[in-house]
Amino acid sequence: MIKVQALSHRIGRAEILADIDLALPEGKITALIGPNGAGKSTLLSLIARLMPVQAGQISVKGLDVAQTPTRDLAQVMAVLPQSPSVSSRLRVAELVGFGRWPYHQGRPSAEDHAQVAKALEVFALTALGPRFLDELSGGQRQRAHLAMAFAQATDWLLLDEPLAALDMAHARALMQQLSALRNGGRSTLMVLHDINFAAAWADHIVAMKAGRIVAEGPPAEVLTPAVLEALYDTPLRVEWFEGRPLVLYHL
Amino acid sequence: MVGLIVAVLTASALYLLPGLGPRWEYALALRATRLAGMVLVGAAIAVATVLFQTVSRNRILTPQIMGFDALFVLAQTALVASLGPVGLAGLPIAAKFAAEVGLLIGAALLLFGTLLGRGAQDVPRMILTGVILGVLFRSISTFLARLMDPNAFATVQSQAMASFSRVNASLLPYAAGLAGLAIALAFVLARRLDVLALGRVAAVSLGLRHDALIAAALALVAVLVAVATALVGPMAFLGLIVVALARWLAGTDRHARMLVVAGLIGPLVLIAGQTVFERALGRQSTLPAVVEFVGGLLFLGLLLKGRIR
Amino acid sequence: MRLVTWLSLALITLAALSLLVGAADLRAAFAQDGRAALIFWGSRVPRTLAVMLSGAALAVSGVVMQQILRNKFVEPGTVGTGESAALGLLAVTIFAPDAAIWVKMLAASVAGLAGTAVFLRLIRAIPSRDVLMVPLVGLIWSGVLGAVVLHIGWQTDLIQLVTVWLMTGEFSGVIAGRYELLWIAGAATVLALLAADRFAILGLGHGLATGLGLRPAVVVRLGLVVVAVVTAMVMATVGMVPFVGLVVPNIVSRIMGDNLRKSLLVTALGGASLLLICDIIGRLVIHPYEVPVGTVLGIIGAVLFLWLLWRAPALG
Repeated sequence: MIKVQALSHRIGRAEILADIDLALPEGKITALIGPNGAGKSTLLSLIARLMPVQAGQISVKGLDVAQTPTRDLAQVMAVLPQSPSVSSRLRVAELVGFGRWPYHQGRPSAEDHAQVAKALEVFALTALGPRFLDELSGGQRQRAHLAMAFAQATDWLLLDEPLAALDMAHARALMQQLSALRNGGRSTLMVLHDINFAAAWADHIVAMKAGRIVAEGPPAEVLTPAVLEALYDTPLRVEWFEGRPLVLYHL
Repeated sequence: MVGLIVAVLTASALYLLPGLGPRWEYALALRATRLAGMVLVGAAIAVATVLFQTVSRNRILTPQIMGFDALFVLAQTALVASLGPVGLAGLPIAAKFAAEVGLLIGAALLLFGTLLGRGAQDVPRMILTGVILGVLFRSISTFLARLMDPNAFATVQSQAMASFSRVNASLLPYAAGLAGLAIALAFVLARRLDVLALGRVAAVSLGLRHDALIAAALALVAVLVAVATALVGPMAFLGLIVVALARWLAGTDRHARMLVVAGLIGPLVLIAGQTVFERALGRQSTLPAVVEFVGGLLFLGLLLKGRIR
Repeated sequence: MRLVTWLSLALITLAALSLLVGAADLRAAFAQDGRAALIFWGSRVPRTLAVMLSGAALAVSGVVMQQILRNKFVEPGTVGTGESAALGLLAVTIFAPDAAIWVKMLAASVAGLAGTAVFLRLIRAIPSRDVLMVPLVGLIWSGVLGAVVLHIGWQTDLIQLVTVWLMTGEFSGVIAGRYELLWIAGAATVLALLAADRFAILGLGHGLATGLGLRPAVVVRLGLVVVAVVTAMVMATVGMVPFVGLVVPNIVSRIMGDNLRKSLLVTALGGASLLLICDIIGRLVIHPYEVPVGTVLGIIGAVLFLWLLWRAPALG
């Protein structure tokens, strides 16, 4: 479980997050949704200890992120920032190999090599292993990063807008992979921009606006016209399709 | 503009006259030489920088940042290397200077013509190339100097620093003639340069001979930089300071006016600065270093404020 | 692996060549008892070692700098580290000319560290995300610091020291007893080699590195210390040696990528080889006189750099 208590965050004088309390369930895909500037990425970054906590408390599986050594946290949660910019010329297998760093600290064991091979296989990257990252398409590169996070073999995956660089087919394939991981017992927290991906795949949705949590719960409860129109300040319709909500906002 | 002229004249008088002492004729002649050098260098660098910024369509470049002065030193050294010190001494000073300037114009057109043409879209890469070219030219000069005389290293190195105390009086008439001609030509081109500043497409569609005009402007820049470098040595950031001041004072980008204002501010900055340092602070040869230091920081400031375009 | 073997062989050959080349004629010296040994052990061996140590250390610290700034177009010499270290040395020479050698070294290292830290601050303030802005600001920053060094040299009659010794790297003054500081640079290089994985992870970006349980700020600090120490020792012993830290890492990265665990050793060998080649050229071209290695590199390095700058389609 990820627990957030009385979390507030400011940048300069601007209030980014105000008094957030959250308890995110394990074994589920949780989606953070909300308009631009709601504070979704900030919240994710704070949970992922990419920024120091200013006020409040965050714990992941009982470990306080501000107190626990960062190396221990790396064995509990894997983080994929929004559009990671790797400046080094690395091969795919090498990048995925770094996912095992928290365990071997530079001396990979047979177990580590096996995990890397498995990650490459799960994300259909085995053939691309010897290729350089900068020779890949955006979708392939995103898959390589996900494989790295997967190789980290943590209970939690924290992803910031992982669909941003992907076309339809790759976006769907990624969500399928995440739901397969969920079925295997892993938990995912992700910032999602496309609300219909949240509607179709998430088990739990947290809606944020102006640094506060507006609604939280299963898709059927959160994705209602009343909640969404207040959230995005725009009229929209919600239909049902194959037992899940479908948000019509583009008409 | 009248105010500027008065200011230049006042500064000149303040530099020339006070405290001449008993051997006043000697002191006056010495000061007059330096004053002439400063006026020439100030005006030449100011006009060259205005032209160069128009050609490169960039407000933070100076010809020296792009390695022009290093290229001149290289032309000088190459000439000595090919003719030998003795062969060169046989040449009259005017012929030698003309050969150096000619060499510089050719090389500058070849190199910076292509560079500005190819790299204009990618400004940082173009500037970086210029800076590295400067390093390359300086290294080749040092290398050639070593080949000629293994112990001449220190002499070459000492020329890497600008100083007004080494203005060469015998060079002054030629320098004045060349710089005067180049500045006059710049004024002739002023109206066309205004159109050039609109960009290549606009200039061509308005019927300007774009590439020829760029070549002409670069040749003028080469002449002016050669004159300034031959007289006092490299001053990479003087043009930046002067032209930034001039743009602020002139309040227009029209070349006819910008050239005059910059051409007056250049000498004013140098004369006033040198007077303060020489008279008030009792120091020689400090001004170029201060100009470089302040100019370098100004350049960094402009970069950091995102003025690069 | 084959690249490492190949490079090692090349380096051994170059080192042997370096032992044989110099102003004094070894064959003639053999005629006199002991003179050959003196030249060999007192001058040739120290010089060859000094060149190899400097080359390897500079190339590796170039990689470290590039990982810290996540930019392929920087090296300690183009971000002001060298000039700041020179300022430190100059300050000690002026204010405490009799200070012990370790005081001078400390001053140079600390000054190098400070100058580089200021540069990192400058870079964070840049609004432009252009890759080439970082080296550009670095070059101008070095230029400003260099002007200060030159000016102080002028004012204090140390201009010979500044121009001949500090600003142009030269190995001709290296004899036994006057190069041993470079072993400190060598030790710092070994430290960087041991931490290769950490520097590689730094290149993945702040977010990913933190996610993997690394503390980027700590690794950056370690890297800065390595860079400052290497630069200060090389500066104090032989002077400014440009471009090695820039062109060698870039060429190695092109060939074998940036998995530093594999490539950093190759980079070190490559740096040592390049510097040896340039030093041998400098010794041969106007034999028995010498052209300083800094000048030779100013030409070869600048040409290689321009090639890298214009050939690379994808930057960074």
